[in-house]
Amino acid sequence: MFAHIWSHFDYWAMLFLAMAGLFIVIARGNLIKKLVGLGIFQTSVYLLYLGPAKIVGGTAPIVDAAFKVYSNPLPHVLILTAIVVGVATLALGLALVVRIREAYGTIEEDEVLRRDVQPAGEEAQQ
Amino acid sequence: MNAHEHLPALQVVLPLAAAPLAVLLRDRVAAFVPVLAATWAAFAISVLMWLQVGESGPISYALGSWAPPWGIEYRVDSLSSLLLMLVSGVAAVVLPYGRASIEREIRQDNHALFYAMFALCLTGLLGIVITGDAFNLFVFLEISSLSSYVLIALGRDRRALVAAYQYLIMGTIRATFIVIGVGLLYLKTGTLNLADMGVRLQEMTSHRPVLAALAFLTVGISLKLALFPLHQWLPNAYAYAPSAVSAFLAATATKVSVYALLRFYFSVFGETAVFRRLPMEDFMLILALAGMFVASTVAIFQRDLKRLFAYSSVAQIGYIVLGISFDSVTGLTATIAHLVNHAVTKGGLFLLLGAAMAGMGGITLARVHGLGRVMPLTAFGIVLCGLSLIGVPGTAGFVSKWYLILAALEKGQWWLVFLIVASSLLAVAYVWRFVEAAYFHAPRADLAAVREAPAGLAIPAWIMVGATIWFGLDTSVTVGSAARAAGMLLRVAS
Repeated sequence: MFAHIWSHFDYWAMLFLAMAGLFIVIARGNLIKKLVGLGIFQTSVYLLYLGPAKIVGGTAPIVDAAFKVYSNPLPHVLILTAIVVGVATLALGLALVVRIREAYGTIEEDEVLRRDVQPAGEEAQQ
Repeated sequence: MNAHEHLPALQVVLPLAAAPLAVLLRDRVAAFVPVLAATWAAFAISVLMWLQVGESGPISYALGSWAPPWGIEYRVDSLSSLLLMLVSGVAAVVLPYGRASIEREIRQDNHALFYAMFALCLTGLLGIVITGDAFNLFVFLEISSLSSYVLIALGRDRRALVAAYQYLIMGTIRATFIVIGVGLLYLKTGTLNLADMGVRLQEMTSHRPVLAALAFLTVGISLKLALFPLHQWLPNAYAYAPSAVSAFLAATATKVSVYALLRFYFSVFGETAVFRRLPMEDFMLILALAGMFVASTVAIFQRDLKRLFAYSSVAQIGYIVLGISFDSVTGLTATIAHLVNHAVTKGGLFLLLGAAMAGMGGITLARVHGLGRVMPLTAFGIVLCGLSLIGVPGTAGFVSKWYLILAALEKGQWWLVFLIVASSLLAVAYVWRFVEAAYFHAPRADLAAVREAPAGLAIPAWIMVGATIWFGLDTSVTVGSAARAAGMLLRVAS
């Protein structure tokens, strides 16, 4: 059992990070903390791609008579793209939080939702 | 070098190039021109490719001349050509409307950014449909999602910001689920090309990572298409976004996700893996029915018309998924036909609601009292679209429901026919709430002088309403293409 966990170490790390991140997104009411959780969740997936791409003893895939075992470079390229997407998401999320704070004066989710319930009736007409 | 051969790449590249141009030009008139040109060109290209696919079969385009299993392949077949035409067609109609409507709804110095985001969103949606590469699909998904968060946040109401934030959280979780699914498939097959993946998965459909990938992809895509219990983000996002954005997203975003689901289920996993070995049929049937009834019931009790019809969208997604759950050619024909029919119906409906909002200053049920008197054309258009949502003969909605009922009868499930009709009665109830407010109440004193919507808003809206009626009378484009696409997905000669 222990040997099995050890040999699949990267998967367990990925699973732990993914669940921790998802838990923060669901359990925290602070809009910034939610984004932090989201970041951890996204990052965990990078491990899923990168872990299996590393082959023990493998080199960079440059054709040479001296080397027989190569690591797969494609997942790295894919994850580079995923990192860019993650950065863009985080930047946009933070920008939205700034705007929410300007409009509501708070970044606590339940507080934000409560402040919208009050002007009932003909809702916040402009 | 022949431009004709590069149509699949141009389809995506033109709107993509228009987006930074709009940002650089900055001026709200100058920015509009390249985006409009790119959008209309994209529509023209999609029509050309649809004709070409009809004549000579699927088009495969190797991006950068890297041969398919290694390079990224753009693939246009009978299903994707129809969806490309739908998405770019809706965009071509909504964009001129957007120009007239954002004058009222968005600060002037943000107009150039609106056009840029619109072009990016269109790029993403077209990309999802045209690409034959799993990871490329994820990237396009994120392009369309990130730009749609911005578009929603442009809404005037401050609740648009919260709606956009919540959509961003849900959207990112969904995208990550899809990446996990694609990652697991990549680990098992060593390829990212969807068709190649489908071939290699044939022997290993019962392996556990493949099943996990199926689960992750199903949940991820269902979040995006707002399948019943995962629809929480949709009503707020549609309700508080600018009118043009509500119309564009309602008509295209969820439809493209259905396409992604069809593609993964039928082209990658294969129907035996999804429907024979797993109880997906019952699972999707139950969720579809729950969506049809719960969302329609919730819609009846809404006070804001945009929210009302947003919930109706969740219910209509139920019909679309119901068609998938039959796993038959007739069922899929109904699904694909309803994709198109519901897109033009809901697109037209949200465009008209935007026109009504421009006149009346808001679209809560209390505010649109007497809409039939002050804006008779707009109110009549909304009623026509409402009839299509109910499924009255002569409208597009009837055609797809007819095929759904045929598919149910084919399977011998009589009780489903009653349920489909019963859920249509719920649609009668929520459409009636609008009719009652618009025709049986006098307009508020301060709104009695409101006039009909300006031509810039009315013409695009009526193009959509016209399409709703047209597709109800002449089904050769919608049902014809849908039947061909369904035959292709299930690999039966049609």
